Amino acid sequence: MSDLLAARSQMAMSLGFHILFAVVGIGMPVLMVVAEQRYRKTGDRLCLDLAKRWAKGTAILFAVGAVSGTVLSFELGLLWPGFMEFAGPIIGMPFSLEGCAFFTEAIFLGIYLYGWERISARAHLFAGVMVAVSGAASGIFVVIANAWMNAPTGFTVVDGKLASVDPIAGMLNPMAFQQTLHMTLASYAATGFAVAGIHAFLLLFDRQNAFHRRALAIALLVGAPAAVLQPLSGDLSARVVARYQPAKLAAMESHFKTGTRVPLVIGGWPDMETGETRYAIRIPGGLSFLATHDFNAEVAGLDQFPRDEWPHVPIVHTAFQIMVGLGTCMALIALWAGVLAIRQRDLCSNVWLLRALALAAPMGFIAIEAGWTVTEVGRQPWIVYGVLRTADAVTPMPGLVVPFLGFTLLYCFLGVMVAWLLYRQIIRSPRPTEWSRIYTPAGAARA
Amino acid sequence: MPDVTLAGVIAALLALSLNAYVLFAGADFGGGVWDLLATGPRRGRQREIIGHAIGPIWEANHVWLILAIVITFSCFPPVFARLGTVLHIPLTLMLVGIVLRGSAFTFRSYDDERDTVQRRWGRIFAGASLVTPVLLGVCIGAIAAGRVRRLGRNATFSESFVDPWLTPFSLAVGLMTLTLFAHLAAVFLTLESTDRDIVEDFRTRALWSGAAVFAAAFGTLVIAPEQAPLMGVGLLGSTWAVPFHLATGAAATATLAALWWRRYHLARVAVGAQVSLIVWGWALAQYPFLIPPDLTVDGAASPDVTLRLVLIALGLGAVVLLPSLLYLFRVFKAAPSDSVRRVPKGEPGV
Ligand code: HDD
Ligand code: HEM
Ligand code: HEM
Repeated sequence: MSDLLAARSQMAMSLGFHILFAVVGIGMPVLMVVAEQRYRKTGDRLCLDLAKRWAKGTAILFAVGAVSGTVLSFELGLLWPGFMEFAGPIIGMPFSLEGCAFFTEAIFLGIYLYGWERISARAHLFAGVMVAVSGAASGIFVVIANAWMNAPTGFTVVDGKLASVDPIAGMLNPMAFQQTLHMTLASYAATGFAVAGIHAFLLLFDRQNAFHRRALAIALLVGAPAAVLQPLSGDLSARVVARYQPAKLAAMESHFKTGTRVPLVIGGWPDMETGETRYAIRIPGGLSFLATHDFNAEVAGLDQFPRDEWPHVPIVHTAFQIMVGLGTCMALIALWAGVLAIRQRDLCSNVWLLRALALAAPMGFIAIEAGWTVTEVGRQPWIVYGVLRTADAVTPMPGLVVPFLGFTLLYCFLGVMVAWLLYRQIIRSPRPTEWSRIYTPAGAARA
Repeated sequence: MPDVTLAGVIAALLALSLNAYVLFAGADFGGGVWDLLATGPRRGRQREIIGHAIGPIWEANHVWLILAIVITFSCFPPVFARLGTVLHIPLTLMLVGIVLRGSAFTFRSYDDERDTVQRRWGRIFAGASLVTPVLLGVCIGAIAAGRVRRLGRNATFSESFVDPWLTPFSLAVGLMTLTLFAHLAAVFLTLESTDRDIVEDFRTRALWSGAAVFAAAFGTLVIAPEQAPLMGVGLLGSTWAVPFHLATGAAATATLAALWWRRYHLARVAVGAQVSLIVWGWALAQYPFLIPPDLTVDGAASPDVTLRLVLIALGLGAVVLLPSLLYLFRVFKAAPSDSVRRVPKGEPGV
């Protein structure tokens, strides 16, 4: 494994790990706050119990999110000193704001988790709101930094160094709005669907359980609207990608030859040597329409770019298909649940909906990993699109395969432990006999 | 007095966030050391109090390090690039320590209550708390000694990536950092319990570790002129150096005296002053260098726009952060941690 490849793999692995926790850190506080708010309003103790149980899970996930995030901020210097030396003056601005947002988040999370009996009800709810707001803000600021790497603005380059730096213009880069919107929605959709899926699964075995019913309702309240909006926001993203990173769009769509009325290629396996995509379904004019909202428009293919500026087409294309496929499933399930809810049906007695939700539990997280693969692998060979190549930014340190393997092992270990603890804390601990006695309405039949 | 530049102000903020990190997170690491060294009939109780004292605040304390990193890479990018390159190995090891400490601590809080499980996490938490401060000190020592230099063209692997930090001076600074953190934690812990015996336990530990700090500091100072000539000049030679050392020594003595007479609040203030004086003594001894012998505060700084905007961002952040931080400490540190209860474990409901 070359050092460059090891560095890229280590970065990808660290980010792919961190993002799972980051997403939970954005989504989970919203669920907790909604649950606690319901309790404060209605006095429903089940909601209080839910808020506490979720808070425990969040504490575990947040701690791993915080340490893996720390690793990332060091890795920017350990692996990509060339990038940081070049881009620090401009990318530093969103990171500084992010630092402040983290701080706020960590402070109020401490208060929220340990303060149940120490502060007033109102102060406690306020702390929860602060965690949710600063969590979303920290995600938004990092993604702005990433959007700048995709569509860099606010500087000129003189002798390989940045000149006339304008960090504000850098933050207002053309991809920032679409990417942050899409990412924030993704966090709510993925967290909401994961929680809803777990409780839907448990409801399949215990239909009347009031605990799981409340949990499912709250999780869908947060996850379903986001899942419906996600494809719309993805369409916005696709159009800015078409405009600012045409090579990435071409790779996403496996589109080799420039032309008009370009078909949308669904599935299939692109061959970078021959420029063919085998086994794919084609929708005539589809890509032209998606990229520009005009069926006959011209869309640049990979043939417009020198061969050494192509990203790895099969990876980008496949990842994109995965994301869009899962996103479509999630949106349809969300609509289904929405229609049932509007018609005042009992969602929890619809076995097919429960099954679909249980199946959809991991979809959001898989879509997120796939989406980031599209963004990051699709940007290659550039670390800052069109300005700085990844190969020129990597550290001169040799033997990078060692830290890559080391961190991979460490993260595998942490991943297994987190999964085990969550199982213990959240899923296993309400022993059926205990809670059915307390929470199942008297006389209700149990499946 | 040299002109105060924007970069100088930011460098001071950098020193301030390092100071805060050492003061607060340092105490959390030290807590891990005492967890490892918990002995005697009350060791279970000692561990419990350490856990309660750290629980609500360690994540917030940890963010000071992230703030320092962010300031470094936004405002002094060449410094960040140089540190990441030359100190790649100790920094990577330190990261492993940071990851293991944070996650093991949290896992212990939420895992099985059974002793064997608790002890396994406790050992990882404590071991990582022991190693991480040493590595932090090693990195600081390498910087202070002026050994973090631009990579030579034909340098070997070990000349580039090992020799800069694997020195007696760096190791001495690492050891001093460790003793300092342990001392800090022991002093803070005297205020975390209402149980007299436990307080006495921590008092004894604070006194012994105070003596160890003296020994380590003296040793470091003795080898400084030979091993770290630049540091030696700064620490011993300049006009402000003598009063600074006297102040640090006075704070250290005051800490021990206060402990002796069981004036724990006074001891807490004095030990805080002592640690802060050490950090600022180091920062001033290096001034105007961020990384001696070639990267200076003004020379390595980003363009003024960036510095100004980061300053504004931090200012706005401070408006939210400082009151929140005060609130956090008011909620959890106004009374001994004995009385803090976590989210109740186990059964649903309250
Ligand atoms: C729950 C997760 C999720 C779901 C259901 C979707 N996405 Fe997505 N997508 C992401 C999660 C995500 C992401 C992980 O959040 C990305 C990576 C970078 C970013 O800003 O968002 C992303 C990136 C991303 C990009 C690339 C942006 C870039 O390169 O900068 C496009 C074009 C789309 N998405 C389009 C879609 C479409 C058309 C979807 C239709 C169903 C869709 N996404 C569903
Ligand atoms: C958390 C979600 C993210 C994931 C899963 C992710 C994924 C990846 C992947 C797969 C790579 C390797 C690409 C390749 O080499 O082929 C990569 C590289 C990289 N990413 Fe991301 N990324 C994420 C967010 C970010 C953000 C927010 C930033 C910066 C602000 C960032 C900065 C980088 C850098 C500097 C590299 C290395 C250089 C490069 O390969 O271009 N990433 N990431
Ligand atoms: C799209 C990508 C990212 C998103 C959405 C994101 C979001 C978040 C969120 C919400 C947290 C709060 C902690 C948690 O919930 O567990 C967090 C933690 C953290 N992240 Fe990320 N992050 C991303 C990528 C990165 C990158 C590239 C870096 C480093 C350069 C980074 C550095 C950190 C740090 C240092 C923390 C710990 C903060 C603390 O102690 O509270 N993150 N991230």
